[in-house]
Amino acid sequence: MTMALSGQYMTNGLLAAGVLLLKVLAVIMPITVVVAYLTYVERKVIGYMQRRIGPHRVGYRGLLQPFADVFKLLLKEVLVPASANRFLFLTAPFLALVPALATWAVVPFWRGAALANVDAGLLYVLAMTSMTVYGIILAGWSSNSKYALLGAMRSAAQMVAYEIAMGFALVGVIMASNSLNLDRIVVAQAGGLHHWYIWPLLPLAVVYFICGVAETNRAPFDVAEGESEIVAGFHVEYSGAGFALFFLAEYANMILISALVSIFFVGGWLSPFEGLVPILGKPGLHWLALKMAFFLFCFLWFRATFPRYRYDQIMRLGWKVFIPLTLLWIGLECVWKAVGFGPWF
Amino acid sequence: MLPALPFYLASAFLIGASLGVVGSRNPVYAALFLVLAFVSAAVLWLLAGAEFLAMALVVVYVGAVMVLFLFVVMMIDVRLAVLHRSFVRYLPLGVLVAVAMMVQIIAALRGLAQGAGHAFPEGGNTEALGTLIYTRFLYPFEIAGLILLLAIVAAIALTLRRREGTRHQDPGRQVLVRKQDRLRLWRLPPHQASGEQLPASAQREDT
Repeated sequence: MTMALSGQYMTNGLLAAGVLLLKVLAVIMPITVVVAYLTYVERKVIGYMQRRIGPHRVGYRGLLQPFADVFKLLLKEVLVPASANRFLFLTAPFLALVPALATWAVVPFWRGAALANVDAGLLYVLAMTSMTVYGIILAGWSSNSKYALLGAMRSAAQMVAYEIAMGFALVGVIMASNSLNLDRIVVAQAGGLHHWYIWPLLPLAVVYFICGVAETNRAPFDVAEGESEIVAGFHVEYSGAGFALFFLAEYANMILISALVSIFFVGGWLSPFEGLVPILGKPGLHWLALKMAFFLFCFLWFRATFPRYRYDQIMRLGWKVFIPLTLLWIGLECVWKAVGFGPWF
Repeated sequence: MLPALPFYLASAFLIGASLGVVGSRNPVYAALFLVLAFVSAAVLWLLAGAEFLAMALVVVYVGAVMVLFLFVVMMIDVRLAVLHRSFVRYLPLGVLVAVAMMVQIIAALRGLAQGAGHAFPEGGNTEALGTLIYTRFLYPFEIAGLILLLAIVAAIALTLRRREGTRHQDPGRQVLVRKQDRLRLWRLPPHQASGEQLPASAQREDT
């Protein structure tokens, strides 16, 4: 009897695991493809902003360029510096990539379509994004190079500083939606463009997005790489597949931050024309994709526009501007909630 | 056995990582083992239904405290042989502390077992925890927060050094600078002879 029961448990468990694995693949494969083409779009967009045409040799208008890059990186030799800590040196790229992909487990693509629609989804997002720094720190330390260590040090200070403001910005979203579940946060913004949280929480949205840019170590916050001062920062000693993994992690994080901003502040999969236009008003994955595309474009736009921040300016912005600003706005929101004023009632 | 497999797996990881923390010679490895121990503990709490505690553990300890800790460990130059010797020397004391803690925990659990069983609310306990903290335990919670804030302010006040004569930038003043404060325009007549100094006829043209 127990044997039969445990056998049934085994088959059910295996079946569930198989289905889950397929779902995970269905999320990760598109992300990988988007990462590949994001590198292409980045080079094209920045190229046109600088009056160049960007990659145009491989395939029609350079469309096969990402594949050429990937094959080049994978076929290159993986070099390990002689005095590096071999184990950590080879583990670090994976530690950078895993949180970037694991966070997608709670991201809803449309109503109820998340890998794990958990109640504490927002906490999970915070927990996972706070772990991304380990890959960078360990890469910097294990390389046994002063430039790599300097890059890792800058990155750690920056991430710890901006995580606080990021968390506070999310507190505002939690208060507005009364939920930690990403699905319910989007549903709470239903009712058209003017119900999105970007309007009542505009400073928090701006702070969150800027913190997102800082957390992904993208320009103008890319002091962890800082080519002009510390060569390439934490990944200066990496070549081939290890470098490719860091690249993949950075771009996966960009896509993730774009998705999170879309979900928290501009209504995720909801249409801006909700209840106004018959067909365009329908919610769906395409709206989330469009919003994400816009924020991703902003990432590239920033890189082409802004000079790199100086280190002390980064610290000042994080600690002395963003944290007081978010605290002020949360206080204001508390008053709004207490007196019953605001669009979320 | 099978449904409890995640529990045993996480427990094994927790025990192994804890042994790694005290046993590894390399302090960076010890710090990383501590990270693994925290994550395993978070998994255990998740399995017990305490999702808020689990996530808070990861956010606070793994995401912030251990990052800074790891950094300090990476920066200092630790001689491994000295570390190894002190490990053996402090072993009896460590065992004593471990046994004392074990006895205390067992005693506490005995007391807990005699009381009523605690049922976790369905679908997570974040909301229940929040309600309790902000209603029944409001004062203890606020006082704890105040003490922590005090500790932060005290730590900063103790280590803050004001140095005279630093070329410190004040972004507020930088923004307030106007063109008139920094820029002077001079009208210069065309040069004729070389090697001449600034012509006497150069006039200052204030804008």
